[in-house]
Amino acid sequence: MAFVLNVPEISEDHDREPSPYDENEVHDSFHQLIQEQSQWAELQLRELGAGAPGTSDRGRQAPLGPEDAAAPSTATLRILASMPSRTIGRSRGAIISQYYNRTVQLRRRVTRPQLGGAGRSARPSLRLYDLELDPAALEEEEKRSLLVKELQGLTVAQRDHMLRRMPLGLAEKRCLRSVPLGPRCLHTHSLGPAGWGQLGGRCEGPLAAGGCPEGDGGDWVHPPSNCDVVSAPREESRTLTGKHRGGRGQRGLFPCCGQLRDTCVLVLHSLGLGLLAGLHRLMPWHYALKRIGGQFGSSVLSYFLFLKTLLAFNALLLLPVLAFVVGVQAAFPPPASLGSVPAFTGLELLTGGGRFTHSVLYYGYYSNSTLNQPCAPPDGGQCGPESPSLPYNMPLAYLLTVGVAFFVTCVTLVYSMSRSFGESYRVGSASGVHAVTVFCTWDHKVTQKRASRLQHDHIRTHLKELLAEWQLRQGPRSACGRLRQVAALGLVWLLCLATTLGCTVAVYAFSELMIKSPVSADQEGALLALPAVVCLLNLGAPYLYRCLATLEHHDSPVLEVYVAVCRNLILKMVILGVLCYHWLGRRVGALRDQCWENFVGQELYRLTVLDFIFVLLDTLFGELVWRLISERKLKRREKPEFDIAGNVLELIYGQTLTWLGVLFAPLLPAIQIIKLLLVFYVKKASLMANCQAPRRPWLASHMSTVFISLLCFPSFLGAAVFLCYAVWQVKPSSTCGPFRTLDTMYEAGKVWVRRLEKAGPSVSWLPWVHRYLVENTFPVYLVSALLLAVIYLNIQVVKGQRKVICLLREQISNEGEDKVFLINKLHSVYERKERSRVGRTQEAERLGDHPGAC
Amino acid sequence: MGNKQTVFTHEQLEEYQDNPFRQRIARVFSDDGDGHMTLDNFLDMFSVMSEMAPRDLKAYYAFKIYDFNDDGYICVWDLGQTVTKLTRGELSAEEVSLVCEKVLDEADGDHDGRLSLEDFQNVILRAPDFLSTFHIRI
Repeated sequence: MAFVLNVPEISEDHDREPSPYDENEVHDSFHQLIQEQSQWAELQLRELGAGAPGTSDRGRQAPLGPEDAAAPSTATLRILASMPSRTIGRSRGAIISQYYNRTVQLRRRVTRPQLGGAGRSARPSLRLYDLELDPAALEEEEKRSLLVKELQGLTVAQRDHMLRRMPLGLAEKRCLRSVPLGPRCLHTHSLGPAGWGQLGGRCEGPLAAGGCPEGDGGDWVHPPSNCDVVSAPREESRTLTGKHRGGRGQRGLFPCCGQLRDTCVLVLHSLGLGLLAGLHRLMPWHYALKRIGGQFGSSVLSYFLFLKTLLAFNALLLLPVLAFVVGVQAAFPPPASLGSVPAFTGLELLTGGGRFTHSVLYYGYYSNSTLNQPCAPPDGGQCGPESPSLPYNMPLAYLLTVGVAFFVTCVTLVYSMSRSFGESYRVGSASGVHAVTVFCTWDHKVTQKRASRLQHDHIRTHLKELLAEWQLRQGPRSACGRLRQVAALGLVWLLCLATTLGCTVAVYAFSELMIKSPVSADQEGALLALPAVVCLLNLGAPYLYRCLATLEHHDSPVLEVYVAVCRNLILKMVILGVLCYHWLGRRVGALRDQCWENFVGQELYRLTVLDFIFVLLDTLFGELVWRLISERKLKRREKPEFDIAGNVLELIYGQTLTWLGVLFAPLLPAIQIIKLLLVFYVKKASLMANCQAPRRPWLASHMSTVFISLLCFPSFLGAAVFLCYAVWQVKPSSTCGPFRTLDTMYEAGKVWVRRLEKAGPSVSWLPWVHRYLVENTFPVYLVSALLLAVIYLNIQVVKGQRKVICLLREQISNEGEDKVFLINKLHSVYERKERSRVGRTQEAERLGDHPGAC
Repeated sequence: MGNKQTVFTHEQLEEYQDNPFRQRIARVFSDDGDGHMTLDNFLDMFSVMSEMAPRDLKAYYAFKIYDFNDDGYICVWDLGQTVTKLTRGELSAEEVSLVCEKVLDEADGDHDGRLSLEDFQNVILRAPDFLSTFHIRI
């Protein structure tokens, strides 16, 4: 269906419809183009007019030469300029950015008077600009008041959020932020050459007499301070403007009060700044992290940030345990145990036994009775005046504290994991790897020359790899090559799993050996054998995996890292699983009459300490010695790379040990905190001295998400399962600990609930809750069903969002095609009009020159 | 700036000037567009490049930094300049143009041959790393 575009002829002099071009609100790019085109068109017309009639044909052709087939005519450009996407009313962002440009232009035109040069004796009017004479300023004031009105309509939080997103200067934002005024205050405010400085400033004239709403009174006190302190060099011009504008009488009446207030405000402000700076300095390792980030980039920094997160988790675990379990028991020590206390030898620091066995460090020390029991007088007489009145049920406290600490850790982990996921994964993000590499990979944190050269190299290599990959994909892929690749992959995985199995069997066999040949009290050093074997395997197997991984070839280097992490993780988790079975399955039976919980606690202590020692050895040999060898013997200038994945897995492994052991050794989180602090300093020193940044591209934020989710899923979940099994199913030993007389640890809770039932009807809701909600299985099923329903709903929502994003993308590209089509159509229509007009003009001229001709 | 000393030698200052976009950053954040920053401009720059600046604000300023000819769009020439600066001129001209072509393929939503602010923001959305790389620690 053909249609005729009936466009009225638009001459250069007048437009029928008001185009935004007239209001100077056209986008900059069009402005320039329109000017060029109009000049060119004028030139062409002049040439055509001056040309001889004989050359009319050529003249007619001139404007239609091949070179301007592509250049749109002036009229087309005008129409394009009136497109909604180019005009100011498009979006708030466009308004504000256009507005910001104009502010900058205004500031460029209006130069600030030199206060030093003019001298204090010069009359104020010499130093002042009267804005009312400047027409452009009025428009701007309107725009500003519009913006301020908009801001006033929002809540404080929304205003804050919007101000943060505005690409305006800091000074303007500060004053905008302090605007609490009602609409009346705005109109009489003058905006001096200092710009915004006045808006949050004093209320002059009739308003000072109480016209301003004091609704948010606190805010009203605030604004003068902000604008005062911020624009200190502008203060003089502003106050002078204020005097000039009116309300001079007001200021003249209370000069001393104003000065006092100013001084107070200044003092408070500088105090606040000092406090902020002090707080900033208090943040641990701030400078160290900055140096690491500057020298090695964001990916190595993510390891140290993860270490900091783990410290926080350990502190979260330690505080309740310290307050409710360890502290109380230390205040009320149990009666001295039979037998002499062994002397302190240095070995205890490694084995955790000996002197440390009967201390707050282990489960066995804690009493199973109510501490601080009110005295029961034997003859019905009175108790002494110093008799205590706050009984403390130790078994219940022990169980509840550990349970609540785990629950809080779980909630925190899940929350930080979901927030991390939200930041790093977006719905509908297709691959845009080239654009992302060009725009988002340069790390502005890096400040060292060597490190930034590394960045340059890495980006160049990455781009070359991408191009090579793309070219390879263009070419056909041979089935033989793919088969070879898959076979190599399968073989390497098989070998790695075989290694893991071998390590597991070795640990199991060794643990059985340890059970069969029990260790006597004076051979405690032999207890270190099993932990040493475990740590050796944990250290050696990853190197083997790295050697095997050179046989296989992955498409993307990020996949290589994920595969390496996966293999290491499987090894560590399987070994820990075997150890857990060894403790809860075999040791409980073997140590039936002794304190098996103490033994398990000591084993975990030994594992933690030996893990720390092996980490130190690994740092020493893996990094320092390797660097010395590669520099001296092999004469290579490259330093070894910092293995981020391996180190992070070490941290996760250590944290799992802590979580496994907190039930049996309540002070284990404190030891883990000390270990993490030392590891931080050792790793930092080794990094600075021996390593270089990894050469492979690292997606730092994806990686931190992966770390946190690895911490949550295999690590914390496994520890929680272990804890639940130990609490619900295993019979505690009968000679030590707070649960010695019970069948399971959980019974302590049941006993307490039964006691509450007997206590009276006032707390009967708690036993009821316990019987019908906790012990009954139906609520558990209900809650799980609800959880599954919520998860399913979320998955469907995400699917729907993905579909919508695809549709919208298609729509955008369709709109683009439509635009191109319309522009071409417009251009052809105007060309035809131009041609016919030029033809008519030439005809008219010819008739004018030769009036006789017909 | 990163050391606890107050007087810097020339070599130390040189070490801090390795950002390939340093001139563009200075130009974008200065009042008069020629790279001379006042204290407020300096604070603006660090405020935008701090941890707390929202993503859209950072995207807006990153767009201005990559827009070398200041025409409000990132065209092919701007992209070529960016890639050359990123790789210190070590890619051949053909490779640079290939990269620019692929970037436009991936990012240009309305197919007009150049990237507008919206296209650029779309690219940024796909790269959660942007918040951590477009960041200077003080």
